[in-house]
Amino acid sequence: MTTMKEEGNYANRPSNTAFTQQRLPAWQPMLSAGVVIPGFLLIGLAFIGIGVGLLITSRSIQVLELDYTGTETSSPCYQCTMSNQSNCVCKLSFSIGTLFKGPVFFYYGLTNYFQNQRKYGVSKDFNQLIGDVSYFKSPSSDCQPYQRVNGKPIVPCGAIANSMFNDTFKLYQIINGKEELVPFDGKGIAWWTDYNIKYRNPDYTPLKNAFNDTEKPVFWTKPAYELDTSDASNNGFINQDFLVWMRRAALPNFRKLYRRITEGNYKDGLPAGNYSLEISYNYPVISFEGTKKVTFSNVSWMGGQNEFLGIAYLVIGSMCVVMSVVMLIVYAKFRFPEED
Amino acid sequence: MFLKCSLFVEKERRVKANSREYNDKFLYADNRIKTSKYNIFTFLPVNLFEQFQRVANAYFVVLLILQLIPEISSLSWFTTIVPLVMVLVITAVKDATDDYFRHKSDQQVNNRKSQVLIRGSLQKEKWMNVRVGDIIKLENNQFVAADILLLCSSEPYGLCYIETAELDGETNLKARQALSVTSDLGDVSKLLNFDGKVICEPPNNKLDKFTGTLNWRGNKYSLDNGKMLLRGCILRNTEWCFGMVIFAGLQTKLMQNCGKTKFKRTTIDKLMNTLVLWIFAFLICMGVILATGNTIWETWIGRGFEMFLPWTKFQISTVFSGFLTFWSYIIILNTVVPISLYVSVEVLRLGHSFFINWDVKMHNRQTNTAAVARTTTLNEELGQVEFIFSDKTGTLTQNIMVFSKCSINGTIYGDVYDEFGHRMEITEKTACVDFSYNLLSDGAFKFYDNTLVEAVKQKDPAVQEFFRLLALCHTVMSEESEGKLVYQAQSPDEAALVTAARNFGFAFWARTPESITVCEMGQVVTYQLLAILDFNNTRKRMSVIVRDAQGRLRLYCKGADTIIFDLLDPSSTDLMHTTSEQLNEFAGEGLRTLALAYKDLDEEYCDVWMKKFLFVSAVLENREDQLAALYEEIERGMKLLGATAIEDKLQEGVPETISKLNLANIKIWVLTGDKQETAVNIGYSCNMLRDDMTDVFVVSGHTLTEVQQQLREAKERILSLSRVSDARNDEENDMFADDSVFEEAIITEYALVINGHSLAHALEPQLEIVFLDLACLCKTVICCRVTPMQKAQVVELVRKHKRAVTLAVGDGANDVSMIKTSHIGVGISGQEGMQAVLASDYSFAQFRYLQRLLLVHGRWSYFRMSNFLSYFFYKNFAFTLVHFWYGFFCGFSAQTVYDQWFITLFNIVYTSLPVLAMGLFDQDVNDQNSLRHPSLYKSGQNNLFFNKRQFFLCTVHGMTTSFLLFFIPYGAFSVMVKEDGSHSSDQQTFSITIATSLVIVVSVQIGLDTHYWTAVNHLFVWGSLAMYFAILFAMQSDGLFGVFSNIFSFVGAARNCLSEKSVWLVILLTTAVCIVPDLFVRSIRASLFPTQTDKVRQLQQSCKSQRPEEQNLRRARRTSSRRSAYAFSHQEGFGELITSGKNMRTSRVSSTCSYERTAPSSKWIENVIKRTNAVSCISFGSPNKQHQSLKQPDRLNC
Repeated sequence: MTTMKEEGNYANRPSNTAFTQQRLPAWQPMLSAGVVIPGFLLIGLAFIGIGVGLLITSRSIQVLELDYTGTETSSPCYQCTMSNQSNCVCKLSFSIGTLFKGPVFFYYGLTNYFQNQRKYGVSKDFNQLIGDVSYFKSPSSDCQPYQRVNGKPIVPCGAIANSMFNDTFKLYQIINGKEELVPFDGKGIAWWTDYNIKYRNPDYTPLKNAFNDTEKPVFWTKPAYELDTSDASNNGFINQDFLVWMRRAALPNFRKLYRRITEGNYKDGLPAGNYSLEISYNYPVISFEGTKKVTFSNVSWMGGQNEFLGIAYLVIGSMCVVMSVVMLIVYAKFRFPEED
Repeated sequence: MFLKCSLFVEKERRVKANSREYNDKFLYADNRIKTSKYNIFTFLPVNLFEQFQRVANAYFVVLLILQLIPEISSLSWFTTIVPLVMVLVITAVKDATDDYFRHKSDQQVNNRKSQVLIRGSLQKEKWMNVRVGDIIKLENNQFVAADILLLCSSEPYGLCYIETAELDGETNLKARQALSVTSDLGDVSKLLNFDGKVICEPPNNKLDKFTGTLNWRGNKYSLDNGKMLLRGCILRNTEWCFGMVIFAGLQTKLMQNCGKTKFKRTTIDKLMNTLVLWIFAFLICMGVILATGNTIWETWIGRGFEMFLPWTKFQISTVFSGFLTFWSYIIILNTVVPISLYVSVEVLRLGHSFFINWDVKMHNRQTNTAAVARTTTLNEELGQVEFIFSDKTGTLTQNIMVFSKCSINGTIYGDVYDEFGHRMEITEKTACVDFSYNLLSDGAFKFYDNTLVEAVKQKDPAVQEFFRLLALCHTVMSEESEGKLVYQAQSPDEAALVTAARNFGFAFWARTPESITVCEMGQVVTYQLLAILDFNNTRKRMSVIVRDAQGRLRLYCKGADTIIFDLLDPSSTDLMHTTSEQLNEFAGEGLRTLALAYKDLDEEYCDVWMKKFLFVSAVLENREDQLAALYEEIERGMKLLGATAIEDKLQEGVPETISKLNLANIKIWVLTGDKQETAVNIGYSCNMLRDDMTDVFVVSGHTLTEVQQQLREAKERILSLSRVSDARNDEENDMFADDSVFEEAIITEYALVINGHSLAHALEPQLEIVFLDLACLCKTVICCRVTPMQKAQVVELVRKHKRAVTLAVGDGANDVSMIKTSHIGVGISGQEGMQAVLASDYSFAQFRYLQRLLLVHGRWSYFRMSNFLSYFFYKNFAFTLVHFWYGFFCGFSAQTVYDQWFITLFNIVYTSLPVLAMGLFDQDVNDQNSLRHPSLYKSGQNNLFFNKRQFFLCTVHGMTTSFLLFFIPYGAFSVMVKEDGSHSSDQQTFSITIATSLVIVVSVQIGLDTHYWTAVNHLFVWGSLAMYFAILFAMQSDGLFGVFSNIFSFVGAARNCLSEKSVWLVILLTTAVCIVPDLFVRSIRASLFPTQTDKVRQLQQSCKSQRPEEQNLRRARRTSSRRSAYAFSHQEGFGELITSGKNMRTSRVSSTCSYERTAPSSKWIENVIKRTNAVSCISFGSPNKQHQSLKQPDRLNC
């Protein structure tokens, strides 16, 4: 066992290096009381700090949520839920007590809606969506059953595109009994990467020509190249609303950004007063017990209102503090017999 | 080849000498040996076929097929195929390397040269070209190439000598004798015309049996084992011999004995297989739950959702949808059965094996051999050994006998005293006696006490007579080799004694059947040998009757002291008492003793006796008994000369190793072919048997009932004694309640010694349990006189009934069976025989390395493997079960949470290296402390680190982590909004958040599990994290999307998601929630219930600064009761061989007793004389001459 003398036959002697002899210098941390208790305390305090900060921030964010599904008879949109109603319009009135600080974001929300269903999720054709015209003629079989209609290929094909949210909203502020339109800003509501990279229009002018011999999705009233009549560049696969819709939600209850309110008199937010929201009610959700709602919200450094994070941080932080106290007691009572 | 074997069942073998045409008809195996599995062309198909036979690989192929069905496929094909291909490639590379080394060793053996008689002359041929029926010539010290029938040899009567160490582990020489009709075929021309035909048994594995007949010239001669030279033997003391090949290659007895190596599986392997089955069951349960969920969801919600996702077109019913979902979920959740588990385990074991191979502390300087892990699949089993079965000779002992001390006429020689008269410990540094003045001395002989030399020089008659006896009374043969006198003894004890006499000036030189020539103090003296009264087991002594040059008749006798003392003349009584005490002292030091005595005979008495002797020798009936009586008659009334003490040299560090292993709760059984006395003797010197043991039971019954009786008695005695001590304990419990020292002292220790013939009965079904129970109650078990088969049976017995891991260690072919039967076989390498090493799983040069192998490497391997597995299962559960929770929120549609690329790479790229680094380098306690605290080993024996409970805990831990990993982001994402107000609760952001949290959590977890952070660990842990982010951004980059837009649909997601503070807050929270409770539990456990490991670690940390010193565990030898014995590994019958002259060369037989006539065989001694220019062969005795020779050192070179 003692170190060998430098003699004898070494031909087969393994090399005596730190690696082969498993003597590599190493850091051997141990969970000693001196590290763990202050560590827990520090983590706990830090988390409590973050939690308090988050809660305060979150509380300062204003959120206004309005359900307009119309399942209840009292709802102004009730009549739109009746069958064979097309171009149904309903109006939702609400009032804001204090200034809703801007910029205000306007979302639509759906519940019990399974954008994350696997078959729903795969039902699209990537190649169409990056503007490869050859796939306009023969859409991917993933798009079934929205691949062809009347023998003609559907562009954009698939269930996701087909089910694009098509309610539209107009917001009025009622000033002295007169309705004043609140301007909506619909630019740049989708991700930059989606708008610039993931989705491309075919290189045709006018865009319409690319869609020759194709059909619009079954549920759509307008073809893809006419989604936004007011802005010619906001059409086809790079239409902002389309992009927002195509970015599937992770969970069955979700909301998606519809418009920003950043212009004109409303640059600093929605002033206190009465408002009326005009909804062109097209999207059916009753059949799967879904609900539709709209949300007004502003944001902070941490995004939108999120009580969960703040509370969770507080809970975990206090747990850490409690644990460190428990450990302190344990260590004090049953000291590790070091002299053994 | 297999085809041939199965079609052709050999009933008897017919071989014709020198006739290849005739023998070729029978398709006998040729002498080529093939252990390799593949060649270049068959490698790919065969290896792939083998790999797909493994359940795990087959499972992944099934998964792959499932994934190709579009209705089911929930994951792309590459998620399975990429890991599968990697696993297959790594395994294939390992198999290929293994096979390459087998090819190499095959080639080495096959290309050995031997001389074969072909086409009328002797030609050098490779071994692999030797065929059945060939006549081959063997020369001295050559390996026998095949099983051959001895035809003739250079020695008279067709005798030849072989060493069978490779076959049965016995190092003594064995004689083989050719048929007398063939023994004069001694030249090539005669042999060419030899056309004998042998009809014999088919190939079998019985080493000691052979039956056959030789038909030659119309006569039949029966053949037995005594005429066979088996492959693996070495020819010794025989210039050459010719033989005819009977069995070749794989059909030789040696190869038949090797058998197919059983594929050994470790305990953890078996456990792992069970666990994988459990996981399968678990997987199916999950699948069923989710499938049921799917059916329900489709019924209640999916139908309503049909507006946007019509399903009636391809699904007939909700139940069918559930059925499809089941398979989809099987695919998604497949990662709970970790594909990389098996290959990672292989890699770890390979790494651990390399560490064993690389260990400098297991490299032996003397023989220049390093330890070798020959099997790379058993390493962690080394950490769980409970029983060690050890061979004795060559394993515990060096099989070197050293003349260590003697008592002559009441004076002890051999001890060294310092100037104050204190006895000194003999170490390597102690100066040894300089024998260089004695030209015949053997340089290897070492003696430390100069007084004995002085006594010899002063011609003390007793001392002279003592050495004269040693030079005359033996059956050693002398030989000249390279100008030196070499002794061939059939037992190492005799060689030691004769060599001692030689160095002290009484060199046995040559013998004929009637004479012994000795070079006595420089004078050549020839004694007439009248009779050898041979050794046997009941006599326990041997004597010679010689007539010296002056015509005096004398009988010299050496033997066991108990026997000799009974035969002494009353005049020796005083001396006998003194000597007896001295013998006790020798025995206390673990030496093997012999008493020496002589008797003067008068001529008439001797004549009468010789006549009786001749008469009785010719008697047929009852000859043995009559001879014994006759011998005893003449051996009565001898005068005591003294006693010798021979040290059976233990291997270095054996007692220390044994006591270490005992402290580690490992039971060591010695299984030896040696005699009981020898075995017990060694037991004492290894500290396995001690005088403070309560009882040593010896079982030596010859019948079943006797053995049963003895076993029962022993057991009852133990039980009754322990009851007594228990009772006493109870009484005194109050007083000594906390005094553990007292408790330990009262624990009684027993030992069991059982003889081979009793063991045969003890191993019978009705007794085996009794035997095993008794043996397990004893601290030490020694089985002596056991056959190789019995060794295996004993191991098997323990294996079967004890569910404990067994390890067998041995050096000879007689240990092969037990090495193969035990869970782990260890071969001692560096000795000549390689059979044991070839059959073993680990090999090294010395027994003492066993403690390092087990306590350091074994423990580490087990520790690492356990941690590795725990973590691996944890990791995969945490990773996979997120999908289960997600199922409840995505309509049970088998939607994956993660990106497919993440699923593909998670196990093989993101998390494989840190855990591998942990599995390779982690050490809780360093090697010195592992050796210093052998009790750390017990956790392996008790299976504490990885068992079903541990598995359950780590899966629950994994499940909890997956739960938190899913639900914390779930809570946060239900209302998540980005800073720019756009929504961020989309699928891809969610997926990246969870994936990132997962990677961080498992990295932190591996950090907590790592006890030993080397640079490699740091590199791998941080590197894996860096790799994760690098790959994440690379895969979601614009460039890659531009090329493969179909596959990389996550483009831009990471950029958008990870630039959000809130996402990082979620990740931080998730990590903290997953880690903090675990950390809390760990530190509480470490403080409340510290394990032995924790304590040692603590100790190690606190005394890191001070340089650890090696503890001196060497125990002082205790004086113990006398165990003197004629403990020779002696065989009967050599005396007869000598007196009949059968084993002498013809030239010697013809010569008479005189010195001149024996000259031809002693030319070398003349050379010595010429060189020294002296008349006498040794410049001995005269101080003047001694001075001369000291002045001329060049003369001392002989």
